[in-house]
Amino acid sequence: MISLTELKDILNNNDREFVEDLAQKARETTIQYFGRVVSLYAPLYLSNFCDNYCIYCGFQKNRQVKRKKLTIDEMHREMQKVSAAGIQNILLLTGESREKTPVDYIKGAVQAAKEYFPSISLEVYPLEVDEYRELFSAGVDGVTIYQETYNKARYKALHPGGKKADYQYRYSTPERVAQSGIRMINMGVLLGLSEVAEDIYHLFLHLEWMEKHYPGVEYALSFPRLIPLKNSFNDYIEVSDITLIKLICMARLLFPRVGINLSTREPAAIRDHALMLGVTRISAASKTTVGGYSLCHANTKAPQFEVMDNRSVKEIVEMLEQKGFDPVFTDWRADGIRNQLRPFGGRGTASLRRPFGPS
Amino acid sequence: MKTGSPLIIGGREIKNRFFLGTGKFKSKADMKKSIIESKVEVVTVAMRRVDTDRHSENILEYLPEGTIIMVNTSGARNAKEAVRIARLAREAADIDWVKIEVINDSKYLLPDNYETVKATETLVSDGFTVLPYMHPDLYAARELQAVGAAAIMPLGSLIGSGQGLEARRFIEVLIAEIDAPIIVDAGIGRPSQAAEAMEIGADGVLANTAVAAAGDSAAMAKAFSMAVEAGRMAYTSKFIPSKELAEASSPLTGFLFDEKQ
Repeated sequence: MISLTELKDILNNNDREFVEDLAQKARETTIQYFGRVVSLYAPLYLSNFCDNYCIYCGFQKNRQVKRKKLTIDEMHREMQKVSAAGIQNILLLTGESREKTPVDYIKGAVQAAKEYFPSISLEVYPLEVDEYRELFSAGVDGVTIYQETYNKARYKALHPGGKKADYQYRYSTPERVAQSGIRMINMGVLLGLSEVAEDIYHLFLHLEWMEKHYPGVEYALSFPRLIPLKNSFNDYIEVSDITLIKLICMARLLFPRVGINLSTREPAAIRDHALMLGVTRISAASKTTVGGYSLCHANTKAPQFEVMDNRSVKEIVEMLEQKGFDPVFTDWRADGIRNQLRPFGGRGTASLRRPFGPS
Repeated sequence: MKTGSPLIIGGREIKNRFFLGTGKFKSKADMKKSIIESKVEVVTVAMRRVDTDRHSENILEYLPEGTIIMVNTSGARNAKEAVRIARLAREAADIDWVKIEVINDSKYLLPDNYETVKATETLVSDGFTVLPYMHPDLYAARELQAVGAAAIMPLGSLIGSGQGLEARRFIEVLIAEIDAPIIVDAGIGRPSQAAEAMEIGADGVLANTAVAAAGDSAAMAKAFSMAVEAGRMAYTSKFIPSKELAEASSPLTGFLFDEKQ
């Protein structure tokens, strides 16, 4: 494992040749472990009710935004729209309100999502092991949980109320997820909340500890950069493009098999370049408002963050193919056959079936 | 023992002993070209990636006619999940050759032999042609053979590592002791390593990353196919014994014996 000093040295070294060398190594490692395959997913915001007071967030409890949670019918409309665009891997999100969006509500959303998506992940408030287990049984494959920052003093200052004020409870969340049997865990910090090198160092330590104690889980990392909504929060560090790229490269070199996500909060130019360096999963055509896909115009409800890359799924696929990547929509099926999974034989390619005759 | 005998798996003779995995290619067209140019007969396909819903995304539709498809249970963390994936493959795509891959370690991706034996037993009794991927352990290999594995696939080294036959000595033990065909799978990075596996008596070699991530996948697939064939031919042709030193006919001390005679 890299030391904090080494990590700082790398982040401080912006020598052109050094950065290129790091990128070349990261690219080589990515191709060796992942080939030229990139998975696609889309987020779906179920609710923006929140009981936390995260000072930097567009959904926090004190903020005067229109609150909305989707009804089951609305979920179906949203899901149909996302599914029709070709997405098969859905990330369901809520604000952190156990009261407004209890586990039963989330479970209802998962059951609805199962009708459209082979793979379902969640980004919701931290739960108990039994609750995760219940959702795993309902069809959840993955959970995204960010510590936001690993600097405890800073964490305390930024999360003054609600359940989220409990640093340790949040820190132990990936462990509870792993204990429930859920197969994928996506970890990260919100870049810019605190000193980057320290946050990343502790993120890497946290991941290393998880890998050692829960080796059966597939891990992924995200590197979201904080983009505060206008005039809402100024006390943060601007994380440069070069820093972001170096973080992705370092993650790839230190954790060769770990997935790396990059969402549409990053502009197209950054995302397209980062694909070469270690990013293995990207979201496409995301809406970050509740009901954003089918129910309302994107500008009538407050988003959690502004989408910087507005390309359609089709455009993303074209970009990937042009760059020599194979876009992958299906990477896991939580379940057996669903209704829309038609038998292969119906395609007029029967010669491919049982090439050596029935056994 | 198996010298010169044809490779028969699931009642079918396999002429090309190079098996190819279909993951990690830059495009499905590139994968197809690699299969065609190397004349590979058996390919593995990850069921987790099979999308029978959409024509353009369905990897199965890119496989040349007559290719034997062996679905792999990639993603399975235990026997139960592997069995579920294999049954899904049969139901959705009518495939009944299965490579069992049970991995419960996301860092090293080493196979779990205990769970692999359990899954093999269940799927053999379900009527599948089962080829388990395993860590080359003699006891596990015997178990796999006893429960009806059609072939056994020990790893050469860590999957995707390209380190070659790190496990050579243990694979030799399996080749000597197990009657089921031995297909070396995982860790083979170069055609020379594939040839080495064949020279020591393996019945076949499976590679994926080494071909899919190569600069020219189709040419690399062909190179592997040729190396596997060359290795097999060398094995069946009987090697000269290998010795530590050059064989001298005692030019320095021969006179001592000559005089006595």
